[in-house]
Amino acid sequence: MSGATVDPGRFGRRARGVAVPLAATALAFLVGGLVVAATGHNPLSAYKAIFDGTGLNWLFPWVQGSERLAAARDLQQTLIVMTPLMLTAMAVGFAFRAGMFNIGGQGQYWVGLTAALVVGTHFESMPTWLHVTLAMVASVAAGSVWGGIAGVLKATRGAHEVITTIMLNWIAIYLVKWLVELKGPLQGSEPSIPRSDDVFDSAKLPTIWGTLQALHAGIFIALAALVVYHLLLNRTTLGFEVRAVGFNPEASRTAGISVSRNYILALAISGAFAGLAGSIDLLGWKYHVASSDLDVGTLGFIGIAVALLGRNTAVGILFASLLFACLQTGTAARNLDPAVFPPELANNLATMIQALIILFVGAEVLILYAARSGRRILPGRRREAAEPEAPA
Amino acid sequence: MNVADGDLLSPRRTAVAGIVLGICSLLVACPPLAVRSPGAPAVLGVLGGLAGVWAVSREERRLGWWAIVASVACMAGAFWLQSTEVSSLDAVLSAGLLAATLRFATPLALAAMGGILSERSGVVNIGLEGMMLMGAFFGIWAADQTGSWVLGIVAAALAGGALAAIHAFFSIQLRVDQIVSGTAVNFLALGLTGYLFRDIYGSSGIPSDVPRIPDVRVPGLVDVPYVGKVIGDMSLMVWVMLAVVVIVNVFLFRTTLGLRLRAVGEHPRAAESVGISAFTVRYAAVITSGMLAALGGAYLSVGFIGTFNENMTLGRGFIALAAVIFGAWKPYGALGACLLFGFSSGLAQRLQSEAGISSNLVATLPYVLTLIALVGVVGRTRPPASVGRPYARS
Repeated sequence: MSGATVDPGRFGRRARGVAVPLAATALAFLVGGLVVAATGHNPLSAYKAIFDGTGLNWLFPWVQGSERLAAARDLQQTLIVMTPLMLTAMAVGFAFRAGMFNIGGQGQYWVGLTAALVVGTHFESMPTWLHVTLAMVASVAAGSVWGGIAGVLKATRGAHEVITTIMLNWIAIYLVKWLVELKGPLQGSEPSIPRSDDVFDSAKLPTIWGTLQALHAGIFIALAALVVYHLLLNRTTLGFEVRAVGFNPEASRTAGISVSRNYILALAISGAFAGLAGSIDLLGWKYHVASSDLDVGTLGFIGIAVALLGRNTAVGILFASLLFACLQTGTAARNLDPAVFPPELANNLATMIQALIILFVGAEVLILYAARSGRRILPGRRREAAEPEAPA
Repeated sequence: MNVADGDLLSPRRTAVAGIVLGICSLLVACPPLAVRSPGAPAVLGVLGGLAGVWAVSREERRLGWWAIVASVACMAGAFWLQSTEVSSLDAVLSAGLLAATLRFATPLALAAMGGILSERSGVVNIGLEGMMLMGAFFGIWAADQTGSWVLGIVAAALAGGALAAIHAFFSIQLRVDQIVSGTAVNFLALGLTGYLFRDIYGSSGIPSDVPRIPDVRVPGLVDVPYVGKVIGDMSLMVWVMLAVVVIVNVFLFRTTLGLRLRAVGEHPRAAESVGISAFTVRYAAVITSGMLAALGGAYLSVGFIGTFNENMTLGRGFIALAAVIFGAWKPYGALGACLLFGFSSGLAQRLQSEAGISSNLVATLPYVLTLIALVGVVGRTRPPASVGRPYARS
């Protein structure tokens, strides 16, 4: 960082760390509201309807009766969506800390989910705890291999991780499509439907709240992973090295840290988080994979937005994933009152708001220009690398 | 290297011969030859592979590896072809396949040319997908509103340029990470086009009488057997695409402006020191890139398919990005990559219907090939030196 920037101190940094995401979110909703207004709808009632669809009104004590039941069901939905989002955000955030951009959360998610599917559709009479553990271990391993490929390519061949993870995403998506397509290796017993069988009951996660598509125990695993994420980054040698490499690879190399080893490790661990997200979704509520699921899945990509908004910290990811989960469920066709605001518009509005949040968080300088903020946008990524070194 | 370059058995020549042998092993199994015994392609393929191994051991790594990869891949393809029926082979490998190749390659190549311009100026553009989507929607929307496909194309280019301008403003002016900004504009385009599509066209969809980009019948060429079927009667945009590729190539490597653009992409500070504005060049390059990508998108909606659906580009922008890298940031290279990827799309479609081979499996091909190209086994590609780095005047 340049010496000209005044260090705002620990408290100041904390405050800015909260102010930028909040301002970015507010601005994104404002611009989204303008689009809604420009197309002849009422933005306030639209946002109110979306909020009601998230189930957050369950927290209000005055919401009672059938309304409360509906709110509970919506909130269960929101928390179900929030669970994998936390993990795909960690997949992005961990790589960020190592100075890398992992766009591959989507592919790692599907690879992990498929590994869990293979385990979940075998070993019928296994005890649940063992079956679930086995499936999750498989998904973590598969996800870390998929992420690790990008790490190995970067470490050994200098291939940029953004490009390789994008390619690996599409390879994973089409491979999984192939696995569950008609006559595919994992296609289920229904011969005319391109989808896998359900996992055995012994591989399903127990539910903890509600009845119809109830909240499953996966959220505890995600929260535990969040703690692991925090400790791994901030309390271990591995995390220290990863952050050091992210902050300055050259200095780290001089200090005796193996940069290539950390690139591989960081992307493998990132992939493990995303892979775990896949298994939790599968064992928690999906139970099977259909070919069409591959076309609509965007959790890995939303994870990028969550990580950016949450500034790659555990607490930030927790709140950001709740916000984005709310955007998902609040705009879902089953939760949003079509008389107030059409759901097919609302889910596109949610996508736009996500995009704007990414832009505005990225451009914190735009928001806090007056505060003359420093240009650290992504922790661990050097922002001032404006000049290229002398060409080789 | 003890062997002189002009020698008949130079590693280079051997490697090229290996590639040719590998391709021959596939060709013998194709119509009209359609050899049914596995011996012929096996012999040719193994010879090609050995030639490659020999070349690699003699320090001709790039072409040598190409020979090995080509031989193994072609041999595998040949064995597979021999296991299918001759009649279905004829149906798959027809003139229609080549025409489909051009059709699939056109939107990819237009977007890839945009990608080249942007990346050569030093700005990574992973927003190509979103820019294509903008072109696809606004192209067909304007064509529907005005009743003119020309105005549709103009509107598409403007919309793609506008989205690119957002990417440019954030990544050049505000120095936001270019990947972050590109990711954001992809989402923005997805949400915006989906929103407007649903708001304007609701559930009824795009009317079927929207004017389409016309086909061009080349007099004389239409009647030539085989060739006529391929290029005698193609959409106007195919010809536009080919022209754009040539123009971009001439612009980049034969004009002063092109040299300036490349200079900014390699070393913006050095470029500025001789009076080139890195900002202006990058803005112009990114916005042009969005317009070209949008043309590709417009070809999909106004030309090829004739309608619009949410997220209809389906990752083509990313394939274009792959083509830019696979083609080593060169227009003709990228065109070759797009043709290859287009061919694999066309082949996938036909294999699915004629031979029951999974199109999903074939669809991974562009991405796998790009990974191989990136890994550098078959000739490492080098991006522009300053790509991805924001430039700050000091």
